[in-house]
Amino acid sequence: MPQAPVNVPAENAAAPQAGGSRHAAATAAGATGVSAWWGKLHGLGPVIGLVLLCIAGTLLNSNFATYDNVMNVLTRTAFIGIIAVGMCFVIISGGIDLSVGSMAALIAGSVILFMNAMAPVLGSPMAAVVVGMLLAVVLGAVFGLVHGLLITKGRIEPFIVTLGTLGIFRAYLTYFSNGGAITLENDLSDLYSPVYYANLLGVPIPVWVFLLVAVIGGVILNRTAYGRYVQAIGSNEQVAQYAAVDVHKMKILTYMLLGVCVGIATLLYVPRLGSASPTTGLLWELEAIAAVIVGGTVLKGGAGSITGTVVGAILLSVISNILNLTSIISVYLNAAVQGFVIIAVAFMQRGKR
Amino acid sequence: MNSQLSSFTRRLALSAVGAAALALAAPAMAQANKTVVGVAIPSATHGFTGGIVYWANQAKKDLEKAHPGLQVIVKTAGGAPEQANQLQDLVTVNKINALVIFPFESAALTKPVAQLKAKGVYVTVVDRGLTDTSAQDAYVAGDNTAFGKIPAEYIAKALGGKGNVVAMRGIATTLDNERMDAFNSVLKNHPGIKLLDAKYANWNRDDAFKVMQDYLTRFPQIDAVWAADDDMAVGVLKAIEQAKRKDIKLVFGGAGAKGMIKTLMDGSNPLIQANVSYSPKFIYDSIKLTAEARIKGEKLPANTIIPSVLITKETAKDFYFPDSPF
Repeated sequence: MPQAPVNVPAENAAAPQAGGSRHAAATAAGATGVSAWWGKLHGLGPVIGLVLLCIAGTLLNSNFATYDNVMNVLTRTAFIGIIAVGMCFVIISGGIDLSVGSMAALIAGSVILFMNAMAPVLGSPMAAVVVGMLLAVVLGAVFGLVHGLLITKGRIEPFIVTLGTLGIFRAYLTYFSNGGAITLENDLSDLYSPVYYANLLGVPIPVWVFLLVAVIGGVILNRTAYGRYVQAIGSNEQVAQYAAVDVHKMKILTYMLLGVCVGIATLLYVPRLGSASPTTGLLWELEAIAAVIVGGTVLKGGAGSITGTVVGAILLSVISNILNLTSIISVYLNAAVQGFVIIAVAFMQRGKR
Repeated sequence: MNSQLSSFTRRLALSAVGAAALALAAPAMAQANKTVVGVAIPSATHGFTGGIVYWANQAKKDLEKAHPGLQVIVKTAGGAPEQANQLQDLVTVNKINALVIFPFESAALTKPVAQLKAKGVYVTVVDRGLTDTSAQDAYVAGDNTAFGKIPAEYIAKALGGKGNVVAMRGIATTLDNERMDAFNSVLKNHPGIKLLDAKYANWNRDDAFKVMQDYLTRFPQIDAVWAADDDMAVGVLKAIEQAKRKDIKLVFGGAGAKGMIKTLMDGSNPLIQANVSYSPKFIYDSIKLTAEARIKGEKLPANTIIPSVLITKETAKDFYFPDSPF
């Protein structure tokens, strides 16, 4: 279990927090002992849910609790989890990004095409792989910048901008691949595959990266001025503006941060299968948003928790893992089980509305 | 890319021609010497549909060259409602007199297709049958029963009638059910072969990778995998490689994707020993049969089944199309 830093209430919040958040519950003037206790408890919803799920999984199949299975699940979660950390910032700032799955697919395809083309030019496959990995992050940042500019300077709703780019990114990938798959050449694939498959101290690389991204995300959100500004903008944009926060700049940075997270997730994803196709990253945006919301961040913005987001992402992959490890439930009902669990966890950690 | 661009400009030109024809209010039947074939297919969302789009455009290119005066108009749709709209456009704007359709959904498209037939358009339905066969003139289908039967027979024989098998399923559709039922019906005759589980992996490489990882966690002894699709087989092979499991002797994909056929030809992976054909090329055959029959004013047989056959290392070269995206 990776332990991300616990979400500490910001002491000098730049703006009054919206109600219903842990911050508000913990810092509201005259909070009674009961409500403070309740505030602590309802942040634990996803953790309780995850513990219950793990107990259920172990009872259903003793292989669930094996080290290999736990590592498999955490490695799988890494992609969605890293994207969800970035998504957490965007949602806290009051925005949304529906394009992350398509963005990941387009970045994956572009990076593979780039590596295949550059290996002979650079004369060293290793150089092509390293530059390709950097390209993934740069592309993510550029796409995020475009989103941010359209949303702030272009004054278009984030939902619409990213709904548009969701289609644009995936269509371009389909175009580049002629509807088939873009595949990394074998020698490059062999060179690159350790990024996904190798272990460090017995833990797969993607899990380490996931942990690192989560810790950095937690620090940025709770320990920096930028993190406080993001929360302030999400809880009340007008007030943040009066408090001399550069709202546009902060929002653009937030979408770029998410883009960088998508880039990192993609550079870990590509070596897994060494290919990208029009089905790559399908519905990742919904999984990432679900992880953030299940983790206790409010969809309308203002406050949220990176720890919760990480737990939420793990919770979602554990559900499908347990379903694969048993035959009790009809395969036709898989999605229903996930739906029930998500709603139950959200119910456990609902705030006072 | 170029061919796509030029086909796009040609399509623009065609719609302009269609609009002009509309302006002249020339009734469709007056162009008796001109055959216009509309092709409605799903857009390229995964390997197989990518192949469908490729072969449809290939048919357009070859047929228009071979038969001056023949027009083939290819439309791709992202869903059933869009496909229904395209049918209306094809008949009112493009004045088609024959239609080759790969329906998105059987039920949803039966009515729209029936309306076209009522207007005198000759209709060939490909792969997924309509719920009411009177809405079509001819039906051309891939062989889903053989697609499930052949791997089951091959696996049973390869394992000597005894062993554990896991399977992947595609997306919950009638076609997927047909394949699974055919697979199971063969295994009934081989009591020594145990099907441990069959989960959905959506014809998707990543989902197949995850499902296979979990199968490997769950079952200590697996002798063969029916991946049921070459895209899914890619994910399955990676998961086996990662787990370093030596018990699996055979991974059977399906549909003859070019990467897997290449692997089979080269013998580069001992787990890949055979495949079963279900080529998106049948859209090419359907368009060709329909267009050539209509030019002569003939009809097609009511049902044509394009057989699915076993592909082995020896026959693989006949199923290898390096230019196709699939």
